[in-house]
Formats: sequence, C-alpha cells, structure tokens
Amino acid sequence: MYTRSEMLDVVTVDGHAKGIVTRNLITGEIDTHTGHAVLLATGGYGNVFYLSTNAIGSNVTAAWRAHKRGAFFANPCYTQIHPTCIPVTGDHQSKLTLMSESLRNDGRVWAPKTVEIAEQLRKGTIKADQVKEDDRDYFLERKYPSFGNLVPRDVASRNAKEMVDEGRGVGGSGFAVFLDFADAIHRLGKDAVAAKYGNLFDMYYQITDEDPYKQPMRIYPAVHYTMGGLWVDYNLSTNVPGLYALGECNFSDHGANRLGASALMQGLADGYFVIPYTLGDYLAQIGPKPVDGKHPAFEQTKQDVIARINKLLALKGTKTVNEYHRDLGHIMWEYCGMARTEEGLTKAKGLIQALRADFWKNALVVGENEEVNPALEKAGRVADFLELGELMVDDALMRKESCGGHFRLESQTPEGEALRDDEHFAFVAAWEYKGDNQPEVLNKEALDFEFVHLTQRSYK
Amino acid sequence: MNLTLKVWRQKNADVKGAFVTYKAERISPDMSFLEMLDVVNESLILKGDEPIHFDHDCREGICGMCSLYINGHPHGPKNAITTCQLHMRTFHDGETIVIEPWRAAAFPVIKDLAVDRSSFDRIQQAGGFVSVNTGVTIDANAIPIPKVIADEAFNSATCIGCGACVAACKNASAMLFVSAKVSQLAMLPQGQPERWSRVQAMVAQMDAEGFGNCTNTGACEAECPKEIKMTNISLMNNDYFSAKLFREEHVHEHASGE
Repeated sequence: MYTRSEMLDVVTVDGHAKGIVTRNLITGEIDTHTGHAVLLATGGYGNVFYLSTNAIGSNVTAAWRAHKRGAFFANPCYTQIHPTCIPVTGDHQSKLTLMSESLRNDGRVWAPKTVEIAEQLRKGTIKADQVKEDDRDYFLERKYPSFGNLVPRDVASRNAKEMVDEGRGVGGSGFAVFLDFADAIHRLGKDAVAAKYGNLFDMYYQITDEDPYKQPMRIYPAVHYTMGGLWVDYNLSTNVPGLYALGECNFSDHGANRLGASALMQGLADGYFVIPYTLGDYLAQIGPKPVDGKHPAFEQTKQDVIARINKLLALKGTKTVNEYHRDLGHIMWEYCGMARTEEGLTKAKGLIQALRADFWKNALVVGENEEVNPALEKAGRVADFLELGELMVDDALMRKESCGGHFRLESQTPEGEALRDDEHFAFVAAWEYKGDNQPEVLNKEALDFEFVHLTQRSYK
Repeated sequence: MNLTLKVWRQKNADVKGAFVTYKAERISPDMSFLEMLDVVNESLILKGDEPIHFDHDCREGICGMCSLYINGHPHGPKNAITTCQLHMRTFHDGETIVIEPWRAAAFPVIKDLAVDRSSFDRIQQAGGFVSVNTGVTIDANAIPIPKVIADEAFNSATCIGCGACVAACKNASAMLFVSAKVSQLAMLPQGQPERWSRVQAMVAQMDAEGFGNCTNTGACEAECPKEIKMTNISLMNNDYFSAKLFREEHVHEHASGE
C-alpha cells in the first residue's frame, strides 16, 4: 500500500496504459510504477465547486491526467446537487455536511408562505415553531401529492432553490428551507425518532448548535456526486486499452441523475462483479510478458510531471491557491449549478478562462517539492479543476435540453419541470482532449432503449 | 473572536520541535476548529511563511484523519466528536489554545501536527479482515444475527482508527483500537473461521509496533470520539488467552496458509 502518495500521470506505451507516475507526499519523490493494466478508482470531481459534501482531499487530478493522455471524459456537466445538506454559514466554510436522505422519510420540508414571515425568521425575531400551520408551505407535498417529501433529489433541490429565489428562504443567510420532525416526534415519540436518526441529529446539533428535536433542521442543496467522469464500456475499460475506471471516477451506471444508495451499488458492481471478470480478458490478450519499466515513455512522463511541478512552484504571485479555488467554485455554482442558461454558461466560460490565465500569473505557491507541501498538492489539483470547469461548461452549453441533474431554464415543461429533448440529445457526450487551449472534440454514443422507453418523468 | 494559539511546529521526525505562538483574529464562532486553522494558514501563506501542517480529509467525523491534542485533550474538550466537528463556539474570546500532535513512539511526527499512523495500517493488515471468499450473492437474511449482537458489532465497527486512544493513554497503548477491530469481526458469524488466528496476529503486530500495554485507566474510552467501549478490550483479552491456551496452532496455519 502506498499511503500519502498521489498519482500525477498515466504512462502509455504504444497506446496502452502501462503504469503511473506518483509523488510521495512526504518526501516529494517522483516515482514511476509499472503494471499490465491501470485501474483508476479515484472518486468524483464535486470539489470543482469548492464547497461540496466530498472530503477535502477529493480531486479530479488522476482522472483528468488520464483524460489528457487520451481517455474520453463523458457527461461532465451531470452533477448531483443533494437537497438535504446543512447550509453555508460564511466565507470561511470549507465543506458541507450531508444530512442523510433517510431523514426525508419522516421529516417534512417547508418554507414560510410569505416573504414577510421569512424575513422575520431570518432576523430571528420569531422561531420556526412559532410559525402557524396555515403560514407554512409544505411545498413538496403540495406540488407532488403522490411522492411528497420523497421526490427525487434533483426535484427536491430545485424546489428548495425556487423557495429561496422567491425570497422565502430561512436561516441567517436566507439560503435554507426547513426539514421538520415535529409531526414524526408527535406520532412516533422522541425515542423512536432518536433510535432511527439519533446520530444525524447529534451531528446537526454539533455543527449548528441547534437542537433538531425542538426546532426544525435548516437544509439547503449542495454538490454531492458527479455522474460524469471517464468514459468506459461495459467492461469498465476506457478508450485507452489497459486503462480502467471504477466507481465515481467513471461516468457509468447513474446516467444524468443518480438515485439514492446507488454509490454502494456501484462500488459492488464495478469492484466485485465486473472488473474481476473483464480485466482477465485484457490480460489474456496482451499475454504474460513483463512490462518494460525502462521504456522511454516512463522517463518522459516523469519529466513531464516534474516540469509541471516546477512551473507551479515558480508561481510567486499574491493570491493563494485556495482563493482561486473558491472563486472557481462561485462561478461553477452560480452558472453551472442547479439552473443553467445559455447566457450564464457563456459568461462562465469567459470567467473561467480569465481565472485560469490569472492563476498561472498571480498564484502564490509556497515551499519546495522535497518536503510535505500541501500548498503544492492543492495548486496541482486546482489547476486541473480550472481546466475541468471549462469542459463542464462546454458540455452544459452543448446539451440544450434539461436532463436529470442538468437543468436548462430554456427547456422546461409548462409546470416548470425538466424537459428532455430525446430526438436530439439521447446520447452520451464523450469529450476528447486535443491539446492545451484547443476546443475538445465531442464524440456521441447513442443511447438505445429496447425494452423500457423514454417518457417524461412525473411525480404528481 | 480573537484567540492566541500555541502550536507545535516540527519540520520532521528527525529534528526537535517547539511551540510557536500565533494570533487567530476575527474568528467566527460558527467555524470548525480546522476552518480556524485554515484562516491562520491563509494569512501565513500570504506572508510567505509555511502553513501549519495538520491531517484532515472528510471534515465530517468519519475518515479518521484529523487528530490534534487541544488543551490537553485528543480532539479537544468536547465529548464524542472529532476535531473537525469541534466548533469555535466551544471557546471564548481571548482564550489561549494549545495545539499538539498525538504523542507516542509508534506515531512519529511527519510534520508539525501530523503524525504517521501507518502502524495502525500494519496491525489491520495482520488480520483485521475476513479473507473467506464470499461466493455468489445470497439472501441477506440467510444468516440470522440477533439485533443486540448486530448493534454491538456495529458499535465496535464505528472505530475510525484516528489514534485518540493512543494519544490519551499514559502507556501509549493501542488496545482500544485493536480490540475494536478484533471484536467487530469476532462477534459476527463471518468472522469465526479466522477468529483465533486473527487475534494472535493482530496483538503480535501491535506489540511489534511498540505500543504500550493496558493498565485499565480508561482514558481511551473517555476520549474516544466514537465512544468505543473498554468491553472490547475484555473481549479481545478473552479471545487472546483462549487462543494462546487452546488454539495457538491456528496462528501458524494462518501464517503459512497465505
């Protein structure tokens, strides 16, 4: 096991993946590793939004490096924004914490009916339990009577955003709605509720200093999962022979709209049921020959990695890498988040390009390579996010329909729900890297539905 | 809030470390402890200084990366939470906060507040797993497990391997950690085939790593962010003695069989 090591590139020999280049995060040593195949299980890229429910260390670097070595990146704009997260408290916020989806089994989501009451709640002149039943809008139950609070994540998230956009958001910032357990506690008793959700209630209390047994939780959507990722076939092979992608770093399984609990399913499917059987096929094809670690491709890739590190360490500007990351996150959240428009995305593309150019001029990276240097680690990851962000925007611009987690304001039903355009967009968008600052090329993989045909979703 | 921090700075395991005093200014009570350190680090970077190094990752109390010995307590003064879940409202304006790394011979300092906990990995690798091939999918209810057993095994399994138990212990003992990893499997049917070899192999690795022994002080239980109970240590000792007295050959089979 190589703990405290980071993969910084894939080595390809004659078009086949034959190894990787890593940096030892303690000594800074750059190592090459050989293998008959390379399996990436490096997670999703939700941290491109700066704030997400991902761990702080989660990043796109391994997948992005593979993309730049030829692997297609599919459906990058499909992002899951999860409805039940604890709201942001300020600029210092470093991550968002998810309150489990299971809470919507017993919690009722509501916002005040009027802007005036919302204002009083925001100022703290009244508390949630003082809002009369008639003044509450249980908006999910009202709009989706058959599914109620259990509508899919994308629908619940967009409706929460709608409340906030109408000025009916609560909490100090106004970016929140309520998730109320008063009915469940009344019906089942506090002990039964505690047995089911006690750990979550404790977690909420630790973070917010509010007791959810007494006051409703405040929740707001946050980036949780990225359905896009490296393109793979049914064998989990990318288009680069010998390079496989498993779990969230690939694009498969979830389509445009990941459903609950399916990350566990994907972990089992990819890691347990698929790859042990499909990898052998590739290994049999290439035969039992040793991998030549002395092939010039290894040294060349290693030198590429070292050159990039040196370029990052030469950045002695005035703005910390973290500030660039936060700025990028703001752009992505604002224009490529829960609702997207052609105008906004076009603007975002320009903003990201300008931010990236500024990063390579004015970023400040302290320290050396030959030491523990989290500033350098972060700089490499943010540089990759700055490239990925633009591809996400390109993908979102290209996909003029609404689909799952991707909601284009221009494409909605009369009732304001996501409207797909299956005639023109029933395909996987697999993007091909063509060199620095070159537009990526779109490859389309058609989606054919033999048995279950596409229909408009409805949760009424 | 404005605070004074006394932070342990140490370049690596080979050189001596020392406390350095920093000011943490305009800190919001809503910040987590790690976000407070982020703010301090941003200001250090802008001054061209080296940021304070500390381990962290998930920032929601489940990954086991964050550590920090804060005012004499692993994970700070509050019970049953990790450092990343500790919020600044716990402290008062003007307070001086002392921040140290975990201190134990088996946890050498990597840099500043981060220590090398790979000794825990090696203990886990010595036997903290079930190596039987689970075969095809079977019905989830094919092996009935009483709820009380399932709950206890789950409680043991909530150990995140952060090392607070070692940091809290005057003997730098890892018995709470090792016993949680032993018990979670010893209590369940799937853990039975390797039960006796596992406990011997993991205890042997624990001793080889240089952790101290248990003298039943109970600091580990008091400081554990996941409230792992000392009854795990009793269970481990019971299995260990039983294995040594009656089943010692199993550990040799285990070692040669793999």
